[in-house]
Amino acid sequence: MFKILKKREMADSTVCHFNVEAPLIAKKARPGQFVVLRPNETGERIPLTMAGTDPERGTIDIIFQVVGKTTALLRTFREGDYILDVIGPLGRPTHLEKLGTVICVGGGTGIAVLYPITKALKEIGNHVISIIGARTKDLLILEEEMGNASNELFITTDDGSYGRHGFVTDAMKDLLEERKDVKLVVGIGPVPMMKFVCKTSEPYGVKTMVSLNAIMVDATGMCGACRATVGGKTQFCCVDGPEFDGHQVDFDELMKRQAAYLKEEKVSYELFLKEHGQ
Amino acid sequence: MAEKEKREKIPRQPMPEQDPKERGKNFNEVPYGYTPELAQREAKRCLQCKKPKCIEGCPVGVKIPEFIEMVAEGNFIAAAKKVKEDNSLPAICGRVCPQEVQCEVLCVLGKKEEPVAIGRLERFVADYERAQGVVELPEIPPPTGKRVAAVGSGPAGLTLAGDLVKLGHQVTIFEALHKPGGVLVYGIPEFRLPKAIVEAEVDYLKRMGVEIKYNYVIGKILTVDELFEMGYDAVFLGVGAGLPVFMNIPGENLCGIYSANEYLTRSNLMKAYLFPEYDTPIARGRNVAVIGGGNVAMDSARTALRLGADNVYIVYRRSKTELPARAEEVHHAEEEGIQFKFLTNPVRFIENEDGWVVGMECIQMELGEPDDSGRRRPVPIEGSNFTMDMDLVVIAVGTGANPVITSTVPNLELNKRGYIVADPETGKTSREGIYAGGDIVTGAATVILAMGAGRQSSTAIHECLISKG
Ligand SMILES: Cc1cc2nc3c(=O)[nH]c(=O)nc-3n(C[C@H](O)[C@H](O)[C@H](O)COP(=O)(O)OP(=O)(O)OC[C@H]3O[C@@H](n4cnc5c(N)ncnc54)[C@H](O)[C@@H]3O)c2cc1C
Ligand SMILES: Cc1cc2nc3c(=O)[nH]c(=O)nc-3n(C[C@H](O)[C@H](O)[C@H](O)COP(=O)(O)OP(=O)(O)OC[C@H]3O[C@@H](n4cnc5c(N)ncnc54)[C@H](O)[C@@H]3O)c2cc1C
Ligand code: SF4
Ligand code: SF4
Ligand code: FES
Repeated sequence: MFKILKKREMADSTVCHFNVEAPLIAKKARPGQFVVLRPNETGERIPLTMAGTDPERGTIDIIFQVVGKTTALLRTFREGDYILDVIGPLGRPTHLEKLGTVICVGGGTGIAVLYPITKALKEIGNHVISIIGARTKDLLILEEEMGNASNELFITTDDGSYGRHGFVTDAMKDLLEERKDVKLVVGIGPVPMMKFVCKTSEPYGVKTMVSLNAIMVDATGMCGACRATVGGKTQFCCVDGPEFDGHQVDFDELMKRQAAYLKEEKVSYELFLKEHGQ
Repeated sequence: MAEKEKREKIPRQPMPEQDPKERGKNFNEVPYGYTPELAQREAKRCLQCKKPKCIEGCPVGVKIPEFIEMVAEGNFIAAAKKVKEDNSLPAICGRVCPQEVQCEVLCVLGKKEEPVAIGRLERFVADYERAQGVVELPEIPPPTGKRVAAVGSGPAGLTLAGDLVKLGHQVTIFEALHKPGGVLVYGIPEFRLPKAIVEAEVDYLKRMGVEIKYNYVIGKILTVDELFEMGYDAVFLGVGAGLPVFMNIPGENLCGIYSANEYLTRSNLMKAYLFPEYDTPIARGRNVAVIGGGNVAMDSARTALRLGADNVYIVYRRSKTELPARAEEVHHAEEEGIQFKFLTNPVRFIENEDGWVVGMECIQMELGEPDDSGRRRPVPIEGSNFTMDMDLVVIAVGTGANPVITSTVPNLELNKRGYIVADPETGKTSREGIYAGGDIVTGAATVILAMGAGRQSSTAIHECLISKG
């Protein structure tokens, strides 16, 4: 049982931030790693990246977007409530290296996943330029945190309600044109966005890391639910990743696999809404 | 002598079970088990051999004639206690042991007629004891002050933990998943091994003082070396062979293609067969192909049937005689209408525009010369390719060694397939204080062999801890 110490809603209540008591995980976790959590006895196991950790206080932060049954259920949890199971830290930590200039690109809730990596890249001495984007102003998260974690910050919105009008990839292309010293791009967000980040960086020959959010079950390499094709080979995102060289990833396959349970997810979510009188 | 002859005349008593047509639609256990009357009749068939061959076939040496005699006399509780002297999980072994190649194959009765149904009797006494609510705790000696960590709560870890607490040691099991039992809970389906039985066995261990910590992926949250730093005097690795093997053929990552581990974990551990009461989904196919021929394949096929499939095929590259699954499982599968495609091997999967599997191209095989395992090697027949329409495929062609833990223990000797090298008598590994047993040493084997390994390591650990004083 893992206690929720703090809860905060953001982005028009479509995103939730929990600060959860998990002392051992907090001590061990490294940027890029995630936890799996199961809210209750009948619940599903879902992976969420740790957006932050506080080893002294023994807490971890998770930030999730409400997209279906499990995340909607989690949003009903209040401060002081307990999450039944939290398993972690899982996945390989981000490979951190001092390279020079690095671009961090985040879209939607992917910004929460990107944040600890951005912070760590800057801390070891990289010049970090971040680009974060959302559909519209109200859905943008972690602007202040990303600002503090980066040397430069650019913002885009699809509808132009805030920052630059357009996609993160537009801003990214301009930067790659201007600066010839970019050594690495880290792109995290919805799969279509990551695919375009990779397409954009490819002509410039800049190595691009992405974090693959495949559907998972155990997240210990036991089931193979999370397999993705990377460089023509099958990889398990939970143990071989979640970060991979984006230029090698078969994104179309990943998108199809992510959509495998749309029908069931709809059934689950509608049942949840009915039970919760919505 | 007259007595003995009379006994031999009784035929082997069948175990009542659910009708095949009915049971294909539910997840309830297939056999109902013996009634006390049936058990006594069956027990009376045993010849009480002076040199009982049957015991030699049991990896943990259950005192078979002794407990059977007690059943014959109607002393069921005493019989259960007798079995438990050697086997701490009899309700489980009575159900899933491959008796036909272990204890029962050596029973002398088997020469002329059918062997004594040892497994069914073992199951009966354990169920009887549990149903009476009289599972008494053994006396626990005063604490020795020694602490042992078991990694993994499969049959190997559970057996080891039970043995060591009974000797006064403090035992903590660290389990990666949120429930105990290993394959018993995530792999073997409810209709073959009800989860309430696994829970009852685990409860018994807890009442004896075994501590179980769930959600601990050792190698991630704590390393084995950190367990020693925390004060554990010995560590046992019973982490199983939790790595699915795929076939590496085109289209294997399509939607609707599962590893057996994923398919069974969704259904059993996550209770996807009760969706949407439980949140985890599982794809329900109309035409399902299960690739492989072992127990895992039979379990997957019978699960698919219960999830509503119209046609379920077992696609196996050798012939019926080479099927590695237990005879009883094959028989049950056939009765339920599972269709067998022997000498058939898939070569690629066919997709629709959404990335779902819709078909499978196969090639016909024939049996050639025997291979290393002594079984005749299947060889493809050139040009015999054909396709089958499928909307769900489960790949059950084996498992490998999961590296999550082994890669985080420095200087732990592994064999070339990644399994831990351990002394077959004691479970000692190349690292002092670290023992290993079960599937992570032998590769996928059986419940009782994993238990036997747990037993051997517990003995070795106990001797070591006591000698150190
Ligand atoms: C390594 C990793 C890290 C992640 N980190 C974050 C994060 O920090 N913040 C965040 O908002 N989201 C994160 N996700 C995505 C998050 O796990 C899904 O949004 C969540 O599982 C949706 O569950 P649901 O029941 O609410 O929605 P559903 O309606 O069940 O699913 C919505 C979509 O989420 C995906 N999904 C469903 N079940 C799973 C599952 N068991 N595992 C993975 N994906 C699933 C599917 O693509 C599905 O179409 C991460 C995913 C992975 C793999
Ligand atoms: C579907 C199926 C059907 C089977 N049917 C039969 C049968 O009918 N009869 C029979 O005798 N045998 C059968 N077997 C084989 C039998 O179940 C196994 O041989 C046996 O369970 C092995 O026991 P074990 O203790 O070595 O490991 P497992 O049962 O595999 O348990 C290992 C445990 O360790 C945990 N673990 C793994 N890694 C870590 C880690 N890093 N940290 C913490 N915990 C970890 C796992 O989560 C798991 O709970 C079957 C197997 C399967 C898959
Ligand atoms: S434990 Fe298994 S092999 Fe041993 S007697 Fe019982 S059923 Fe037979
Ligand atoms: S070999 Fe058969 S008949 Fe003899 S003691 Fe064992 S079970 Fe009884
Ligand atoms: S989630 Fe099961 S292997 Fe990755």
